[in-house]
Amino acid sequence: MPLITAPNLESPDDFYAELVATHDGLDADASHALNARLVLLLANHVGRLDVLREALAAARSGARPEETRGSWPVPRPG
Amino acid sequence: MDFQSLEFPHRPQAEAPGRRPVVVVGAGPVGLALAIALAQRDVPVVLLDNDNRLSSGSRAICFAKRTLEIFDRLGIGDALVAQGVSWNVGKVFLRDELVYRFDLLPEPGHERPAFINVPQYVVEGHLVQRAQQLANLDLRWKNEVVDTHPHDDHVVLTVRTPDGEHSVEADWVVACDGSRSAVRGHLGLQTQGRTFRDRFLIADVRMQGDAPAERWFWFDPAFHPNRSVLLHRQPGGVWRIDFQLGWDADPEREKKPENIIPRVKALLAHSPAFRDTAFTLEWASVYTFSCQRLERFRHGRVLLAGDAAHGVSPFGARGANSGIQDADNLAWKLAAVLRGDAPEAVLDSYAREREAAADENIRHSTRATDFITPRSPASLLFRDAVLHLARTHPFARTLVNSGRLSTATTLHGSTLNTPDADAFEGAMVPGAAAIDARVTHADGREAWLLRELGDGFSALVAVDGRTEAMLREFAPELRVLAIVPAGSPADGAFTDRDGAVARRYDLRPGSVVLLRPDTHVCARWRHPTRAQVRDAIDRASARPLPCP
Repeated sequence: MPLITAPNLESPDDFYAELVATHDGLDADASHALNARLVLLLANHVGRLDVLREALAAARSGARPEETRGSWPVPRPG
Repeated sequence: MDFQSLEFPHRPQAEAPGRRPVVVVGAGPVGLALAIALAQRDVPVVLLDNDNRLSSGSRAICFAKRTLEIFDRLGIGDALVAQGVSWNVGKVFLRDELVYRFDLLPEPGHERPAFINVPQYVVEGHLVQRAQQLANLDLRWKNEVVDTHPHDDHVVLTVRTPDGEHSVEADWVVACDGSRSAVRGHLGLQTQGRTFRDRFLIADVRMQGDAPAERWFWFDPAFHPNRSVLLHRQPGGVWRIDFQLGWDADPEREKKPENIIPRVKALLAHSPAFRDTAFTLEWASVYTFSCQRLERFRHGRVLLAGDAAHGVSPFGARGANSGIQDADNLAWKLAAVLRGDAPEAVLDSYAREREAAADENIRHSTRATDFITPRSPASLLFRDAVLHLARTHPFARTLVNSGRLSTATTLHGSTLNTPDADAFEGAMVPGAAAIDARVTHADGREAWLLRELGDGFSALVAVDGRTEAMLREFAPELRVLAIVPAGSPADGAFTDRDGAVARRYDLRPGSVVLLRPDTHVCARWRHPTRAQVRDAIDRASARPLPCP
């Protein structure tokens, strides 16, 4: 079963609004942590490694070039 | 026997002219195991060690089931298991809460536990005692190899002793001289891999405690916030505590008893199993580690094994345990080459099989270390997310990685394997290390399957008479173990009293499982022909097969 990238959400606008609302009132660190938990929960729901790999590759290919060079924004000395 | 205080005498000796078949460098657990295994196979072996004591401090303490099964063949398994602390269960805590529990041996019908804990010097002590019983094993203390000269068909070692330097010539040299291997350096070889930016304090503490014999691992405990702690029980009321310190810790400062004692006291104050007990500090060390290996484990007439060839983090107990598997893999092959029963190519299979095993160990060990010591902000983010979810969501507990503990490596894809032509279920695929089960001799004596295997090739056959008779024609090269179901004993056959042999090996009448001398499965069939068995033994010895 390949990764579904055709429209599959039951109610796209509702989902999007609730995704953003879930982060309301959180600072950036707390939002990052929430997203990490969300990724893990959804990954377990998907289960299949081949599908997850496709999703990882699709997400990574969206990274901008400067994001693919360094692993994470790191403060520079000086 | 107080192994820790033993000192072994250096005996001056005039080096007899001529070549030794095998010289093993380094009398640690790996070198000793290899030398004993060779000597038991009638190979005269010289074992050189640059020191005259066993390892200082407990060092490696977790010895895995597969290692114990190999030690059984070397004659020291019973003594070690009697002295060690057997355990099967690991628990992982987040702060004070149990988030994950694993049982490494959840089924009965195995002679050995998943692990015993016993200090490395006790293992070495039993191995040295065994080595001293073997007339063809020449163990030389205070013999430091200061240079290695490889040639096409032999190796010359320059050896420094208290009496001066001399040369030793050998057909084959095996370097088991540890992570800072001198022999590896003489050959100009370098390991490649990753060093982790973290430091750990290990403290061996003697105290009264009533915690069970389990492996306990804490993430972020109240007594050592934001870091991890690992606790193991050793024999004699000694506990191993491993504190993560972080990269910025000063190793000299952390090694001082006045800085260790408050850390131990903090743990004791928080743990109901130990609350307020008195303790004494036995041994401590601060360490860092790398996950790395040599690209190739065979360089002509020099072979490398154990830490000389590969290194892992301690989480998973994959260092000494993989080194013992190296020794077990190499001993029968080297003996077969020296007897003329196998071509040198079989030694390339040692290298390939154990290089692949090192990759597997490094992969597990690196993943555990990345979980314990996250290497990037993203890695830390997901690690904390896993721990957060593990409290309430069972799926996340499977992602908690405090070390995946050592098991026998399955030698998938080895050229010594005969690929399955028949359909089989279960874990005993070609390349797998044989798994134990209870059996009963025809005369009613109870036994363990692994103890009944031969020094050479063995075959398990689920009896039908014709197949068994065909296999028996291969004696004495092949030890045949005829297996019959409970309730139908037969002369010369083992009764599968729990049905575990048939279940674990997926046997039906006529099925045959062929095992190498190191007890790895190398072929299996439903009803093999004589020629199929012949070819499989030849293939597993790297002998050329007859043209079809």
